[in-house]
Amino acid sequence: MLTEFGKIFIFLLLAIGFVGIALFAAKLIRPHRPTKEKLLIYECGENVEGSPWVKFNIRFYVVALIFLIFDVEVVLLFPWALTYQEFGFYGFLVGVIFLLILGLGMAYEWRKGDLNWDRTKPNIPELSKILTNKNVSNVKIDEQIKES
Amino acid sequence: MTANTEIFQLLPHLVIGVGIVLSVVIEISTKKSESILPWFTILIFVFAGAHSIINVYDYQILFGGMYAIGGVTAIFNFIFTIGAAIMVLNAVDYIKKSKMNFGEFYILVQSSVLGMMLMAGARDLFMIFIGLELMSICFYVLAGINRSRMGNTEAALKYFLLGAFATGFIVFGIALIYGTAKSTSIDQIVFAYEYFITDVLFLTGLALFVIGFLFKIAAFPFHMWVPDVYQGAATPVTGLMSTTGKAAAFSVLIIILSAVFTQNITNNFEILFAVIATLSMLYGSIVAIAQDNLKRMLAYSSIAHAGYMTIGLAAGNIESVSGIIFYLTAYAFMNLGAFGVIALIEGSNEENLDINSYSGLNSKSPILAGFMALFMFALAGIPPMAGFFGKYYVFVASIKADLTWLAIVGVFSSAISVYFYLRVVVYMYFKDSTSSIIIKNSFTGLLAVIISGLLVLVFGILPDTLFSIITSVLSY
Repeated sequence: MLTEFGKIFIFLLLAIGFVGIALFAAKLIRPHRPTKEKLLIYECGENVEGSPWVKFNIRFYVVALIFLIFDVEVVLLFPWALTYQEFGFYGFLVGVIFLLILGLGMAYEWRKGDLNWDRTKPNIPELSKILTNKNVSNVKIDEQIKES
Repeated sequence: MTANTEIFQLLPHLVIGVGIVLSVVIEISTKKSESILPWFTILIFVFAGAHSIINVYDYQILFGGMYAIGGVTAIFNFIFTIGAAIMVLNAVDYIKKSKMNFGEFYILVQSSVLGMMLMAGARDLFMIFIGLELMSICFYVLAGINRSRMGNTEAALKYFLLGAFATGFIVFGIALIYGTAKSTSIDQIVFAYEYFITDVLFLTGLALFVIGFLFKIAAFPFHMWVPDVYQGAATPVTGLMSTTGKAAAFSVLIIILSAVFTQNITNNFEILFAVIATLSMLYGSIVAIAQDNLKRMLAYSSIAHAGYMTIGLAAGNIESVSGIIFYLTAYAFMNLGAFGVIALIEGSNEENLDINSYSGLNSKSPILAGFMALFMFALAGIPPMAGFFGKYYVFVASIKADLTWLAIVGVFSSAISVYFYLRVVVYMYFKDSTSSIIIKNSFTGLLAVIISGLLVLVFGILPDTLFSIITSVLSY
């Protein structure tokens, strides 16, 4: 006799089997004529350039975390807003305490400077610094002067 | 029961909960928060610990069976709060010295202690999970609090990845338990334990749940994160993780298996726990011999101690529970003391962790050498210290449960462990100093070491003060 979980397990097996059979059947039937363009990651559009594993600013994570907190707050406040009249002053107080704690978290982030988006300073080469660096060859110095 | 008494019973939790919010306010409102927050933290911890131990006989179930107050929970709360207070006292100068003097440190410690208290008091699987997450997430961050050091970051990342994996086991276990028992209330699960345990799915769920917590207590096959994390994390943080974190995980194991302990039901996990205990004790003791780094040595010794406590779980009777709780209390204070001494000696950049740094310590700082010797004797289980009675009660319980061979393995393993504990003592007293280490004067750090040393001695010379409380609490 199957339990309820046993039925779910059979569904799981069926789902895996369905995908496997479909992919296998497609591989048997479909024509196989690869070209360079077809094998690119983006078949239509720009050519791939460089690795996707580049460093990006850690502040994106901070912003994402702050967003997540306030997103969850909204989800939790909807049921409260729908029913708080039934609970009267007590329900109102509970919601206010919840909002106060969240507001405190926001104030904390603000005060700690996590909301400031500091720009990276452009690295402008200076002639005097380059000339004192003896390891740099003359050709490179000329190039850097032209660039700056 | 009126609402007023409920609030009075929950005072320790409320004080710490409000304390976290107030700490955040202090942190953002004053520039001098670094000098206020440690004392504020210690104050609320000492209050919560004192309140718990005074109301230890006042056992109550609150919130419709979701949460318990008093009894064993109160003893666990005492371990968590007083242990954390000693750790904070020790950390005041340490975190200034290693330039990680963030107010967040204290807020995270308070949050993790609140999580442990929720775990110890929970009578519902979801409450356990909330407490566990609150504790673990704070520990992941605390392990990496010193961002400028590579070892710290490595420890935090390893702890986070493996801890998240273990949490997955626990959640899956909870899902299977709920699926078969159709309830998340631990009282109901314990009440019909004998009926449920014949169900394979329930047994699997419980096994997954237990395995997740065996990871948290650092027992043998789930120990691989311990040495790196304990070595990498800042020393006071390691002290907190290895003592109170272990106690919190054990509190959950004791609650979930309480049917076995109190109702004389056959212990299905006896073989599992006996094998894990044997392997942890022997592995921890033997590998610790080869360690020269003191923090790493104490990490392996922590695995061995998890093994001794797991003997109590294998024995599965009421004496073993009181033995485990006594052992956890003793272990908390002796380990915190040992890490306290290490934190004082290791220098500002963790350069004096090697055992050679301890050679000739007696001539430089007799007080520190004396206390380190005390903690090493206590960890090895030499009679007048608390560590001996912890092992004694656990071994007696296992003999009563017809597991004499396990007690023999335990004694054998603690005989091995004497070697690496006493090696430190030999270096301190019988070797000439080779390195010129400078021990910075830290009054608070020394005070923390002295307090934990006194507690180890008190529980060792008068073990009955604590043990009688534990047994009388367990009898109802």
